Order: sequence, then structure tokens, then C-alpha cells
Amino acid sequence: MRLLSTKATCNSHGQDSSYFLGWQEYEKNPYDEVHNPKGIIQMGLAENQLSFDLLESWLEKNPDVAGFKRDGKSIFRELGLFQDYHGLPSFKKALVDFMAEIRGNKVTFDPNHIVLTAGATSANETLMFCLAEQGEAFLLPTPYYPGFDRDLKWRTGAEIVPIQCRSSNNFQITEPALREAYEEARKRNLRVKGVLVTNPSNPLGTTMSRSELNLLVDFIKEKNNMHLISDEIYSGTVFSSPGFVSVMEILKERNDVADEVWDRVHVVYSLSKDLGLPGFRVGAIYSENDTVVAAATKMSSFGLVSSQTQYLLSAMLGDKKFRRNYTAENQRRLKRRHRMLVSGLQKAGISCLESNAGLFCWVDMRHLLHSNTFEAEMELWKKIVYKVGLNISPGSSCHCTEPGWFRVCFANMSEDTLGLAMKRFKAFVAESTCTQRTSPLFSNKRKSLTKWVFRLSSRDHHREQEER
Amino acid sequence: MVLGGKSQQLLSKIATNDKHGENSPYFDGWKAYDRNPFHPTNNPQGVIQMGLAENQLCFDLIEEWIRNNPKASICTPEGLHQFRNIANFQDYHGLQEFRNAMANFMSKVRGGRVRFDPERILMSGGATGANELIMFCLADPGDAFMIPTPFYPGFVRDLCWRTGMQLIPVHSDSSNNFKITREALEAAYKKAKEDNINVKGLIITNPSNPLGTTLDKDTLKSLVSFTNEKNIHLVCDEIYAATVFSSPNYVSVAEVIQEVEHCKRELIHVIYSLSKDMGFPGFRVGIVYSFNDEVVNCGRKMSSFGLVSSQTQHMLASMLSDENFVTRFLKENSRRLEKRHDKFMKGLEEVNITRFPSNAGLFCWMNLKSLLKEPTFEDELKLWRVIIHEVKLNVSPGSSFNCSEPGWFRVCFANMDDETVDIALNRIRAFVGRETKKPLGMKRWQPNLSLSFSSRMFDETAVMSPHSPIPTSPLVRAT
Repeated sequence: MRLLSTKATCNSHGQDSSYFLGWQEYEKNPYDEVHNPKGIIQMGLAENQLSFDLLESWLEKNPDVAGFKRDGKSIFRELGLFQDYHGLPSFKKALVDFMAEIRGNKVTFDPNHIVLTAGATSANETLMFCLAEQGEAFLLPTPYYPGFDRDLKWRTGAEIVPIQCRSSNNFQITEPALREAYEEARKRNLRVKGVLVTNPSNPLGTTMSRSELNLLVDFIKEKNNMHLISDEIYSGTVFSSPGFVSVMEILKERNDVADEVWDRVHVVYSLSKDLGLPGFRVGAIYSENDTVVAAATKMSSFGLVSSQTQYLLSAMLGDKKFRRNYTAENQRRLKRRHRMLVSGLQKAGISCLESNAGLFCWVDMRHLLHSNTFEAEMELWKKIVYKVGLNISPGSSCHCTEPGWFRVCFANMSEDTLGLAMKRFKAFVAESTCTQRTSPLFSNKRKSLTKWVFRLSSRDHHREQEER
Repeated sequence: MVLGGKSQQLLSKIATNDKHGENSPYFDGWKAYDRNPFHPTNNPQGVIQMGLAENQLCFDLIEEWIRNNPKASICTPEGLHQFRNIANFQDYHGLQEFRNAMANFMSKVRGGRVRFDPERILMSGGATGANELIMFCLADPGDAFMIPTPFYPGFVRDLCWRTGMQLIPVHSDSSNNFKITREALEAAYKKAKEDNINVKGLIITNPSNPLGTTLDKDTLKSLVSFTNEKNIHLVCDEIYAATVFSSPNYVSVAEVIQEVEHCKRELIHVIYSLSKDMGFPGFRVGIVYSFNDEVVNCGRKMSSFGLVSSQTQHMLASMLSDENFVTRFLKENSRRLEKRHDKFMKGLEEVNITRFPSNAGLFCWMNLKSLLKEPTFEDELKLWRVIIHEVKLNVSPGSSFNCSEPGWFRVCFANMDDETVDIALNRIRAFVGRETKKPLGMKRWQPNLSLSFSSRMFDETAVMSPHSPIPTSPLVRAT
């Protein structure tokens, strides 16, 4: 008899992939301006470190919250005891107000339909537990966040079937691709329970268009029992046009108020990206489906948000002036960083997918591959990690169908460090271009690299990323 | 109530079945409390909540510590410089200083008789999350864990709901003081095998909820050797470890394995939490501590689904590594629990209500068999409803804990102040007094309402979850 469970001994958590080499190498040799200027710069972490000063200055002005006090009176006891899975009402109210503002107040959210969870990781898994089981699948457009393999499949038993998107139309979801994915699932004997999209997209950094969103709503309306999950955790990071359009706005526009499709559309949110607070584990599920809300609320028992954290954030997000100021300034800073990365890469002859959101760019390095294969992508990636000293994320880890794309983060480091990264890119490309002309040298270099290349098939990837 | 066909196709089975346990009739007690909650001045005739195993006795000590240690918060001027590092920290290993402090605290709770390795400490969303996590690591859908009765009703949800695991109750009763005997374990194991059920382990709670007792060393050793012999897991839920207030001293399974020859440590796992010992369930601090490397590895990855807020980790790292504070807190906590326990016991004794002798926990296991007309679960539930609606105390009937004999009730005593305890005791005294004055055979408390429920109700997943669907916190009402 097997000692542990199947889940414990399989590798569906996705963390055994050689992709982790990049992380490990960074840990061994992390860049530090003073102590290790030649170290590896971390560009694989989708964190927002640009606006902590705004949060800190709010805290300085609001000392009561720090001391577990409300109106000067200690509420430590009440907070310490508060484990109601309905969540702190003042926090939920502040959260839905924040979410509505991010959507230009074109939609409103009912706090009674919000379920709080320990991060988006937990929100996504919980939704899966509610909507799908073994033998069923969700369709996801590629490229997608590697962590979904763990969050959606591992303990739930559900499957993911990719909707293949291509660079020829900027990776937008097309109807043929959607139908193809649906057929693929059926061929694999999987009942399709819905589509999950990330909007704005990770790793693309783009907001979904109205036509894509309508296509998806049409699609789930056409089929029975299908859901649409919209992971909108980057919704507050949209820094330029076109603006953000939430699926909830689309539903409202379609004017199908009494339409039962409202029961099958669910939104996932989190404060990890927009506010830069991944450590606080604040995630949320929003659904108009009462049964889903009821079930998910009970399930949230397995990962409630610390009452201490709910209280702090209810005060912070409840401060209307603060949150408006924060959102605007945060977006301004993100835009600046994004421009810095894009122009820096341009100088190195590298282009990016045009993007208007997120904490990263989807970078096109296909022209640097010696062949249009994932092996070549891996080779290039290892070169960038080891020789150039930049930990970026290869597109294959995001299940991209085309080799040569990489996700590069820009919001988790100082401006100086980003500048240095750009210099390294430029130097690398210049060197590569030179080397390509002298083939013996190039093939020697290639030989020395192949010992680092692991055997990887484009489909058989278990990818993981601790942070998005 | 299982939802109709439409929902069942649209959603998963897990979402639409009953296995979360919250549709049980036992929620009557919660509802009655919520409709009419006791308040010393605003509602002195209201229902007193005695169904919540909370530890509210030592908040003043913690508040004092927080006041004196502003650096422990990342929001105070003294601690603000840490804000961004902590807010950004989502590593599922957890803050090193937090794990060190937890290991240290867990060791102190066990009198320093055992050391815990910080590298084996995994975080989870409270003990609720911890119990589910360990089952995901150890059992596949359809597998089973044995569990001695009576047991915490929430286990049915925590261990079985999403994991697909099943529980095999191992019954004990008052005839031998609810001891878990080797014979009972062997019999349950054998029967499971005959029924083709794959038993993956045994789960115990020590100190026990609802009994409030600690296991003696010999019993623990026999549990270790039983599970070792069968090559199955032993999961020990030790969340009440620091609520031991009188002898015998607490013995943790972690101590026992040091003394068992050729012990297969890789089969032993401990569940811990700060919700009961320290009294802050709101902060969701659950711990899985496993002696099995593979479980630690896999469990750590799973903890992503319920990490402890880094803000909370940081605060507790500071608090729990303050040796003086911890020593003082543990001592005072025990002292206050003992005092509260003794006060309550005395009150019960005055009306000849016996209870199961206990040395730990936040509750007592009260024997009301003498008040039952017939020794049946039906009568137990009838009595229970009277206690809720007429005596106005929300207590927990033994059947909700899967107790094998009727007449037992769990009554919590650490979630209220002294005055409320007095009022509760007065009500109990008045009620019992009325009952004992009646001629034999005629019990006053025939309920007016016709109660319709099947006698198999106690077999259902009876849950009285602390995460009640009914908001009762003043923080909820205040907004």
C-alpha cells in the first residue's frame, strides 16, 4: 500500500521542472548593487514594488490602525476572535468600492457576493473545487501563468486544455481556436466546464478586447453548464489605453439583466499585484451565483484572511482619497517603468508585444534563436540566466505555442537595476550578432551550452512559479 | 438539503453535497443564540453562548505585550521600516524567525521535553486548513482514517469534504472512561479490512475535544505501536496543548516517539494552532509538523493555498520569541483556566451534575443522563432543545460529537467573563432544581414544539463549526 497520497507523490504541483534552474541560480548568485554587482538580476518575479512609499506614508498618518485601535479604543480582542468566514464587513465594503473604482465605476459589486480567500492562489483553487471535478476541464488561452497548473488541477483533479493563441494576431483569442480547444477536450474525454482567462493577461500584459470578451460570453451561453472565470488580479495595473474592460461590464452592456449567464460568470481578485501586498494573502472570488458564493464561503474556512490584515486594509482601502491617489500614482509609475523597459530593449534590437498593463512585458526574442524550436528557446534562456545574468521566464513555461517569447518583469527592482539590466541585454545582443558571423566560435559556444540543455518536450512541461 | 438537479450539473458534487456539514439540525443552537444573544445590560435574558470553544481569558496579557512592543507591528512608527519587506514576503517556507519562534513555543508548551525543528514547520489556514492539508498528503479519495469518538464535529468537513476521505469511528464510552483501547482499534481496523476499506491511519486529538482530558503516556505509546505495526499514519491534533491546567502533565506524541524503540517516525504527524492556546483564532495560524520528509516537502507546496499572513507571522515571530512573555503567559493561562474550570465545576456539583473529570481544554463534558426520560439520542436532542430555548444556554449535545452513549453535553466556559459564568450556573441550578423536585417519571421539560427528526440523525455529518454561517461578532454588528 502506498504510504502517501497520489497527490503527494505525483508532480502535478509543477515544481520539479528544470525551469526552476533559473530561480535556483538566482538564489545562489543574487544581484546586489554593492555586494554583488555581477550577480543575476531577478526579472522573473511579477511583483509590484514601486509604490510602497505611498502605503507607508498612509500608515504614518493613521497610527490607530497599527495599534489595533478604533477611535482610540483597543479592538484587539474582537479582532483576535474574529474568524467569521463571511469576512469583516468593513473590509469587504472597502474592497468592492476599490474594485468598482478600478473599473471606472461602470460596474458595482455587492459585498455579500464576495468571498475572501488566502490569496488568488486559494481563490482559483476554491472556484475549481466548486465548478469542476475529475474528468472535467477548463479551457485556458495560452500563454498562461504557470501556477495555474498547480492551482487549478493539483488537488481538484480537474484538467486544463489550452486555447492556442498566436503572435500573428497578438495572441488574441479567436473563435476557431476556442472551438478547436473544445474539440480537443472532447477527444480526451473531458467534459468542458468552462473557460478561464486572465484579464489583464499574465504574461502578455495586455487587456482583453470587447470582442474577445463577447466571444467568450457567447461561447458559454451556447453551451450548457459552462462557466467563465475572469482572473482580474492585474486590473489595477492598467497604465495606458485601451482601458480595462471587465467581463462584468460586458455582461451589463449586453443588457441581459435577467439572463442566467450571470450565474456562470465569476471574477477572481487579489491585492498582491495592484497593491503590492502578496505577503498578506488577500484574495477574493466574486460571483452572482448564490450557490457558488455559499459553497465557496464554506470552503474559505481552509484559508481565511487574517483578521489583523482585514482590519488594516479595511481602513486603508476605506480611505477614498488615499485609494484614488494610490491608483493614479501607481499606474503612472508603472507606465514609466514599462516605457523604460520597452525603449531599453528596443535599443538592443528587441521588440515587445505592445502592452498596456501588468508588471512585465512579453518580449520577442525569436530572432535570437538559432532554430525555431523550444530546445533553442531553452538554450537562449540558459544563456541569459548564466551568461547575461538575468532571470527571465521562458515562454514554454507559460505553455506558449511559439518558441522565442520571454516574460520580463520590470516592477520588482529599482530604476538603476532596470537600467543595468537593459545594458546587459544590449551587450548580449551585440555580442550575439558578432558571434553569429564567425561560425566556428558560435558552434563551440553552442556545444558548451548543450550540456546545460535538458530534454524538454513542448507539451510535457510541469511549470511552476511561486510568484506570478 | 442537497441542491436540485440544475445546480448539480452546473457545479461540482463537492459544491452541492452536504458534506460541509452545515445543514445539520444542530445549528438550532447557533440560530437561537444569534436571534437572542445574551448581554449583561442590554439583554440579560438572552441565550448564553456556551457552544464556542474560545479562550478569552488572557487577552489583557497579549494587549499589554503589543502595547510594549510596537516594533512587532509593521504599521507603527517603530516597525514601519519593515513594512515593504514583510508585505512583499510570500515565500511558502514562511519567515525564518516565525518558524523559529513557533518551534520554540511548541517546545515550551511541552515543558521543553521535546525540540521541534523549524524546517519541519508548515503553515496553513488555521487548524482547519492544517487538518485538510495533512489528509490531502496522506489519503486518496475513498481511503479512511480511524477516529476515536467522541470527536470534534468539524473534522467531518475538514478531513473529508474536499479530500474524499472517510472516517471510521472507534467507539469508546463512559464504562471505561472513554479510553481508546487496543481492542477497539483492532476491531475497527479488522472490520474495515473486511469491508475492503483502505485504512491509511488514525487521527486523535490530545488534549481531547470534547472530553478535556490528556492521554497518558502508556496509551500514547500503545497508539504509536498500533499504527507502527499496521504501517499506517498517526495524526495527533495537539491544538489544546497549552490549555492543560492540572495534572496529569501533558505528554505530546513528539515526546513518546523518543521513547518507543524502532519507532517509524515517518508515520507520525502533529497538527497545531494558536487559536485555542493563545486565543486568537482570527489570525489563522495553523501548523502541520511532520516527521516525514516527503510530507514536509509536499505539504509545503500545498501550504500555498493557506499561508499565514506575513503581517501576522512577523508579529508572532516577535511575540513568541520573547521568552519571558511566553513563560509568563503559559503559566497565567493555565492558572486562569484552572480557576475558571474549578468555579464552573463547583457550580455544577452544587446541583449534583457530574462531569467527566478533566485537566485541559476550554470546556467540560457534562453528564445529564439523569435528566433523560429514556437513554436515547432522541431524548438527548429533546433535552438539548429545552436547554437552548428554555434555560437559554447554547450547549453542544454529545451526539453532535458522535458520542456512542446519550446524555453527554459539552459546555464551554472560557469564552465569557466571571459574571456571565455565574448567571449561566444560576440558570443551570434553577433548571436542575426544578427537574429534581418533580416526582420520578414525570419530567417537566416536555417540549411544546413537535420535533420531527429521524433517530439516525446522529449518524449524519453533525457539525457545529466555529465558522458559523451566522455572524455574531460585535465587529460585524458595529458596521
